[in-house]
Amino acid sequence: MMIRAALLALGLCAVALPALAQDQQVLPARPGMPITNRPEPDEQIVAGLSRDNIGITTSFDGSQILIYGAIKRETPEPEGQKLAVIVTLEGPLGPVTIRKKSREFGIWVNTASVGVAAAPSYYAVATSGPLGDILDRRTDTQQRISIPLAMRAFSGPITVDDSIPFTEALVDIRKEQGLYKLETGGVHIVDNTLFRADFALPANLTEGDYKTRIFLLRDGKLVDKYQSAIEVRKVGLERWLYTLAHENAALYGLLSLALAVFAGWAAAAIFRFVR
Amino acid sequence: MQPPQRVQFMQIYLPIAEVSVNIFTLLGLGGIVGLLSGLFGVGGGFLITPLLFFIGIPPSVAVATGANQVVASSVSGVLAQLKRKAVDIPMGLVLLVGGLLGSASGIYVFNLLTELGQIDLAVQLCYVVFLGLIGLLMLQEGIRTIQEQRKGGGVRKKRVEHTWVHKLPFKFKFRASGLYISVIPPLLVGVAVGILAAIMGVGGGFIMVPAMIYLLNMPTKVVIGTSLFQILFVSAFTTLMHAITNQTVDVMLALLLIVGGVIGAQIGSRLGARLKAEQLRILLALLVIIVAGKLGLDLVLHPSNLYSIATGGE
Repeated sequence: MMIRAALLALGLCAVALPALAQDQQVLPARPGMPITNRPEPDEQIVAGLSRDNIGITTSFDGSQILIYGAIKRETPEPEGQKLAVIVTLEGPLGPVTIRKKSREFGIWVNTASVGVAAAPSYYAVATSGPLGDILDRRTDTQQRISIPLAMRAFSGPITVDDSIPFTEALVDIRKEQGLYKLETGGVHIVDNTLFRADFALPANLTEGDYKTRIFLLRDGKLVDKYQSAIEVRKVGLERWLYTLAHENAALYGLLSLALAVFAGWAAAAIFRFVR
Repeated sequence: MQPPQRVQFMQIYLPIAEVSVNIFTLLGLGGIVGLLSGLFGVGGGFLITPLLFFIGIPPSVAVATGANQVVASSVSGVLAQLKRKAVDIPMGLVLLVGGLLGSASGIYVFNLLTELGQIDLAVQLCYVVFLGLIGLLMLQEGIRTIQEQRKGGGVRKKRVEHTWVHKLPFKFKFRASGLYISVIPPLLVGVAVGILAAIMGVGGGFIMVPAMIYLLNMPTKVVIGTSLFQILFVSAFTTLMHAITNQTVDVMLALLLIVGGVIGAQIGSRLGARLKAEQLRILLALLVIIVAGKLGLDLVLHPSNLYSIATGGE
């Protein structure tokens, strides 16, 4: 709660000053309503998730998540400032190595590589409008909202002249795999009060906590932020096998072998019987 | 955000690979590889591993699980071959001892290349060079045999060549193969195959089969059973090592590949009994050349994406 209040205060400070200049351009014809008298924005996100955990079962083939909420106001809605909501969903972070091939002696060889210390295994951004219009650069940098910013520091020394094409390639590859997505217009706002965003999680999910963030923005500046997590866990047989493989590796290995030998023998026996 | 676009039919989530795959794709893959295994006596590792990469299984899981699948299809194949008395067990044991020695040193070379960051290239080059060479040799030999048969109208007389190989010590009578030779050549073949198998992450059948035919002069009929016998133990060892050190064996994936594979292997070994040795040789040669050609092209042609990603640090 303390953090939320602090963020809100930060957001308010950020909104107050530059907003004035912009408003005069957007809404020049509003006689009788002096800008200085306008009530200060006092808005908070109240949100919910359609589910707070996902169980990966044997037949798991992706999942739907609905993130919804309302904007709570103590005072009348501030006028003239463009309201926007961004919802992000971020999978567990992990190190990634990006390699680049070049031609050496007629064959294509990996010659350069860049290591990223932590890149999310899944990252989706849903917005109520074009990201460039609703989010200013500084807020984006502070909150790490847009996809390229989801990647954290480099790991190890950088041995290439320009690391940007490497991280861009990572984003492109993961976008192709459906793991990174930007859904412009994916957040629906009703009456400037209610909002909802639907996420379709792919089948190739990694286990872990999926961080959900909701940003309430006015004119590109942060007003309020809400954060929650969805727990993605293997359950049942999946859980049992995964645990066995990691905690009792030798037994698991022998079990795999026994299964293979038995299957091979059974097949031979069945075919002999059939003949 | 759209609802899921495709109708998912019989998908299964793999606990270790952490991907969801269609059950019939896996059964089919297993079946094809099992068929080849029964037909030619190769473990099929050189096919299953790249095929698993292709359907999106992480490479480390594909290599380890592929080994487990090879165990099952070899058991099935060995049993079928044993019934036909086509396994030279003493020869298989000699090859196995060599294979384990070679595999241990191969793993050392593998780790060295990984440190240098060029393991992918080394593996690809190994595939292209060895598969290409062996494939071409076998194809040439097979075609020549068939041509000679047509010309002469009869079976070519088996030549017994007396070379330096026959002067080596530690001679042993390999009854099933009809050979009275020193144990040193098969031991060396085992070591060489073991080294290559460890680097390339395969059972090594496709190298061992021609080595047995051309270097050891073993009759084709026992070559397949004996090779499967050796592969069975080497791949069992590999599976266990992967499971213990890397936790990359996906038993669910293995099970589906196995179910497809054992059926394929049975059909393959029956089909193999009907085909002539020369025809088998030519078919295996063509298959090997195709795989080598594909990998060779990948090295030479401009890749569609210069960049590739690998999870995990360097």
